[in-house]
Amino acid sequence: MSAAALKEQQQPATLLRRVLLQGKYEALTMLRNGEQLILAVVLPLLALVGLTVTPFLDGMGSSRVNVAVPGILALCAMSTAFTGQGIATGFDRRYGVLRFLSTTPLGRGGLIAGKVLSVLAVLCLQVVVVGTVALALGWQPTAAGWLPGLGLLALGAAAFTSLGLLVAGTVRPEATLAITNLLWILLGAMGGIVIPAERLPAAAQAVIHFLPSGALGESMRAAFLGGAVNGGAALILLLWTVIAGAAAIRWFKWN
Amino acid sequence: MRSPKSPVLSINGLIKDVGPLSSLDGKMLRVVSGVSLIAERGEVTALLGANGAGKTTTLECAQGLQKRNGGSISLLGEDPAEAGAGLRARVGVMLQDGGLPPSARPLPLLRHIAGLYANPWPLEDLVGRLGIDTFSRTSVRRLSGGQKQRLALAAALIGRPEVLFLDEPSAGLDPQSRQLVFDLITELRDSGMGIILTTHLMDDAQRLADYVYIIDAGRNVAEGTVQELLQHRPVEDQDAEHVRTLVFEAPAGLDVAAVLPAGVEVSEARAGSYTVTGALTPHHLAALAQWWEAKGIMPASMSLQARSLEDVFLDISGKDIR
Repeated sequence: MSAAALKEQQQPATLLRRVLLQGKYEALTMLRNGEQLILAVVLPLLALVGLTVTPFLDGMGSSRVNVAVPGILALCAMSTAFTGQGIATGFDRRYGVLRFLSTTPLGRGGLIAGKVLSVLAVLCLQVVVVGTVALALGWQPTAAGWLPGLGLLALGAAAFTSLGLLVAGTVRPEATLAITNLLWILLGAMGGIVIPAERLPAAAQAVIHFLPSGALGESMRAAFLGGAVNGGAALILLLWTVIAGAAAIRWFKWN
Repeated sequence: MRSPKSPVLSINGLIKDVGPLSSLDGKMLRVVSGVSLIAERGEVTALLGANGAGKTTTLECAQGLQKRNGGSISLLGEDPAEAGAGLRARVGVMLQDGGLPPSARPLPLLRHIAGLYANPWPLEDLVGRLGIDTFSRTSVRRLSGGQKQRLALAAALIGRPEVLFLDEPSAGLDPQSRQLVFDLITELRDSGMGIILTTHLMDDAQRLADYVYIIDAGRNVAEGTVQELLQHRPVEDQDAEHVRTLVFEAPAGLDVAAVLPAGVEVSEARAGSYTVTGALTPHHLAALAQWWEAKGIMPASMSLQARSLEDVFLDISGKDIR
């Protein structure tokens, strides 16, 4: 029995390596899943083209595509961090994958860090794909908008990851599937993410500013259209991240 | 409880409550109430009990998956509730439901898990040992029960653990896989691994275990080596040592009891199926055989059994269905 017997005590791989491996594994799993790819890439691209050829966004900025792209990037963050990651986590919980991995050197902390990393990795790919198509459609982003824009996108991804984990960790996976898909459609269409709140019913506008979708959409447009940082919207995103994160830590059920 | 030699796991007075449960008017349910056990290095320790006895909960507290409400647990000298990656690297776990993602393929999945350890078991060797190479590219959801079980065992072993937890390891295994898995478990035990398994199958315990704890309703009810437990007998039946059970099938309605000397019990559970229980001797068997010869009866089937671990288990934990 040479293979099993180990002269010295087994050691875990380094923390960095464990988290990187898990991030890579989850990102590849997400990219291999057809439904996830549709949600993460195909639907945002369709929305981008749709908003560029229709007059919905006319008069909001220098060109249709310039107004549309920041919101589409925000939509990508919601797809991957909230719906995609939420559904994957919900089913991993059902099949005992979370419990098994938390008995390995990865542990619960490493598992969550790996999920965050995989969301960021997929989001980077989405930015590259959407950005490339948008440039082909004539997108002219404000140069000063990139730094605050990508920072806010990461903050939005954090808020939506916390919300996705909260849903996935508290209800059955079938319910997670229904809730995160339904919210993706509702928030995508009417949550101020791709279509600015000004173009939505007046009664809804007050609420939309406080939604993570509205806050992310608005602050992304402020960044890429004018190079500005919308501090109020950023604060709202931060609050969603902290509150949903704390709630997920409190109520997440591992089995 | 036995005195420890070189224990990998010792549990003392474990208490675990679950709930609050709506079925109990919002009260907590105590699923483990004072389980104590010791598992030694180089031994297979079995937790034997009916479904719902608290075996899995006990194991999950030892693995750090559930928080206990009382008692103490020492796993390789550490408290699993506060375990870090260092302890987890030395412990392998095979969960009852496998814990493998359905969309994963065996080889990439094992390669990923192997990467979490500094010195994993060489992948090709492990995959060959467990016959996983024959289905290494099939997604988990399309594997048979036995293939899934072997993959889950590989996932638990890839870190070359000092302690291995197996929750119902033979569930879903066909006879060939079962032999393969049992041989490997025995070999790992002999190489010094401390193995703790749960089972509700007496046969598993009888074939694998060096030491058995019988758990019932969240408590220890008996413990010992398989040999020691087989000698257990109820007080009212002290000469049970020689008890054998003979089961045979023959034409219905025979007066078997009339042929046999007193002191044995005969029953005809269903028409034509006879059970003779008691301190059977060659004399009993000869009497039966002569009677069959005289009447021209050839039994359709016949089996003779000594006392099994199952009988012991039923004696101790009662015959009620829970």
